[in-house]
Amino acid sequence: MKQFWKSMLKSPSGVIGLIILLLAISVAVFGPMLFPNSPWRMVQRPFLPPFTLSTVPLGTDALGRDVFAGMIFGARVSLLVGLVSTLVALVVGVPIGAMAGYFGGKVDDALMRFTEFFQTIPSFALAIVLVAILQPSIYSIVASIAVVSWPPVARLVRGEVLSLRTRDYVQAAVVTGQSNSWIILREILPNALSPVIVLASLMVATAILLESSLAFLGLGDPNLISWGYMVGAGRTVIRQAWWITVFPGVAILISVLGLNLIGEGLNDALNPRLSREGR
Amino acid sequence: MPKRVLLGLLLAGGLTAPALAQEPKTGGVINAVIQPEPPGLMLAQVQNGPVQMVSGNIFEGLLRYSPKLEPLPELAESWSVSEDAKTYTFKLKKGVTWHDGKPFTAADVLFSIEMLKQTHARARSNLVQVDKIETPDDYTVVFTLKQPFGPFLGIFEVGSMPIVPKHLYEGTDWKTNPYNNAPVGTGPFMFKEWQKGSFIRLVKNPNYHEKGKPYLDEIYWQIIPDAAARSVAYETGKVDVLPGGSVENFDVPRLSKLKDTCVTGAGWEFFSPLAWLWLNNRQGPLADKRVRQAIMYAIDRDFAKDVIWNGLGKVATGPSASTIKFYTDDVPKYPYNPAKAKALLKEAGYKGEKIRLLPLAYGETWQRWGEAVKQNLQDVGMNIETIATDVAGGNQKIGDWDYDIAFTYLYQYGDPALGVGRNYVSSNIAKGQVFNNVEGYSNPEIDKLFADGATATPDSKRKEIYDKAQKILVEDVPVAWMLELQFPTITRCKVKNLITTGIGVNDGFKDAWLDK
Repeated sequence: MKQFWKSMLKSPSGVIGLIILLLAISVAVFGPMLFPNSPWRMVQRPFLPPFTLSTVPLGTDALGRDVFAGMIFGARVSLLVGLVSTLVALVVGVPIGAMAGYFGGKVDDALMRFTEFFQTIPSFALAIVLVAILQPSIYSIVASIAVVSWPPVARLVRGEVLSLRTRDYVQAAVVTGQSNSWIILREILPNALSPVIVLASLMVATAILLESSLAFLGLGDPNLISWGYMVGAGRTVIRQAWWITVFPGVAILISVLGLNLIGEGLNDALNPRLSREGR
Repeated sequence: MPKRVLLGLLLAGGLTAPALAQEPKTGGVINAVIQPEPPGLMLAQVQNGPVQMVSGNIFEGLLRYSPKLEPLPELAESWSVSEDAKTYTFKLKKGVTWHDGKPFTAADVLFSIEMLKQTHARARSNLVQVDKIETPDDYTVVFTLKQPFGPFLGIFEVGSMPIVPKHLYEGTDWKTNPYNNAPVGTGPFMFKEWQKGSFIRLVKNPNYHEKGKPYLDEIYWQIIPDAAARSVAYETGKVDVLPGGSVENFDVPRLSKLKDTCVTGAGWEFFSPLAWLWLNNRQGPLADKRVRQAIMYAIDRDFAKDVIWNGLGKVATGPSASTIKFYTDDVPKYPYNPAKAKALLKEAGYKGEKIRLLPLAYGETWQRWGEAVKQNLQDVGMNIETIATDVAGGNQKIGDWDYDIAFTYLYQYGDPALGVGRNYVSSNIAKGQVFNNVEGYSNPEIDKLFADGATATPDSKRKEIYDKAQKILVEDVPVAWMLELQFPTITRCKVKNLITTGIGVNDGFKDAWLDK
């Protein structure tokens, strides 16, 4: 673990990514405490440009709502959706991939065909359809993002498990009569974890983008403000009021960039060959 | 017996007077936006907004209506009403021909009504009071009513009762008649071609029955599905006319400021669209009158008008729009007063029960309005949850009474008997329909007033009845009236005389001309 942090902190991109993520998380956690008012509240005259009033530093939107407050509250939704949907995707994808790789044969065939079934449908189109059918709410959005993002996890885990299960220590565990679940959980998965962690960090970024795209198209939870919603709602007035779209857009950009940098840092830190050679 | 024979002729003279101030020029082509693309053009069979807008040039009704909703002659050149208000005699204009050259006669009127009774729901209910229709000669139509029906002279506009050619439809299957795709009417413009997804082209009717009209040679109705692209099409000069509702509200101020651009809110008097919130009177906190009144006090309707609708429209005072007949503002008032709303909620014992709000999925403006109303209601302590849905899903929820608060807007058709009573009388509570009394308000007194109002004579008596009905309704708040909507028509200033009647652009371009 110590080794991990050491190499993680050695990679500049990892450090920058971590700083951005920590910043975003602290905004999401503590920001709303500083802004007790709902971001939906109409506080000033509409279309107030940014940097004109200190009470609404980033200006107001078409209804006179505080853009800054929207961004603070939006951080919460975006990060939460990103993290939770990734978690759900892992919970679905890892066991399926592990079982397919470990048992092989018919089980593998069945599970992989099932996975491919999801992979053949364009993921964003599927997400739109799911949210539209289930009615937009935070739960249906998390669920649909998870549904479209677990197949790559399953395929990755299957590949790792396939190569690991022929290793001597796994064969040894089989010979000593350990149960299948014990072998998968204790012997194989821990060693297959590092690429999954790297993938997960990128999945959070993708999930944030997916949520933003859905909200942009008007398929966000109508009761929660999110960055994608702000961009979507401001898009039509971009010629009159650029700030309504630009600031939340930049927020999306920075947080997705941060997560990608973390992914890169994790890759450096967790890939023993890369870190030993010092790149 | 006839007492209004000359009225029509007099009004017709009055209408053309302002046009004479500037001599109309003949010729030219107008490009206008039509949004969305109409599903068809056979006005007697489909009546969506865009169908009316395009087909209003091809077909005509017996009458038109001035901005004050007085009847004007069109296919009927004069009309009279008997003393007992039960017999209406229309004299048809002579020398009118269909686009294919065949003469127009009373038989066409009779046939059209027969068709409309089967294909046009609103026409059917408008004609319920008609006992019999006779045509003593080719140019006379006599309607005999079962009992007096006050708004009867208001049902002959082209969208409500288009006159179709008998010789092309009689004995055919109306739904599959080939002329549905290339409609033949008596109107100032003839159908020429329709490139689906691109444009509909109408050309001048050289044999139009009003000498010298129309002035324009051609109309192109451009089909542009994206709202932003429609604004750009106007800015770049591709189109010259943006009918009401074809661009988003927030684009209106920007487009209005462009050079040579004229904006008018006129031409909606006949429809008088009124926006309100359906309040489900049946269940939960909204069953309590005080909660419904609190909603009226809690919502900042001036804000909605000024910010969301860019200052267009008017705050509604009650169930009737101020532009229709028998409107009164002598009703209880509900100014924006959150403190009063809170007090009423407290008095009613509201304890934060969840209330579902259905916005209208008609685009940005309505979505923003939903958000603003939600915030207004939350500010006085109501627990509002917005339900996201599309148009069809929203209609279904409203029709199934599966909502607490829902946005809508409806046309009023000039007379409370045609467009107001239907939303409040208990006989109109029917599950599965969207535009009837979906709020479930039931008040025998209101039922009686609207029943009496439709058949009472003379008008002063009707006014008395409707004044009383409006007062009771506004006190009870069966629905929360928001705004009288205005859909501005944006044109280049060189387009003259486009809107001359209370039906606006839907009444056709027969008076319009281009100042080159």
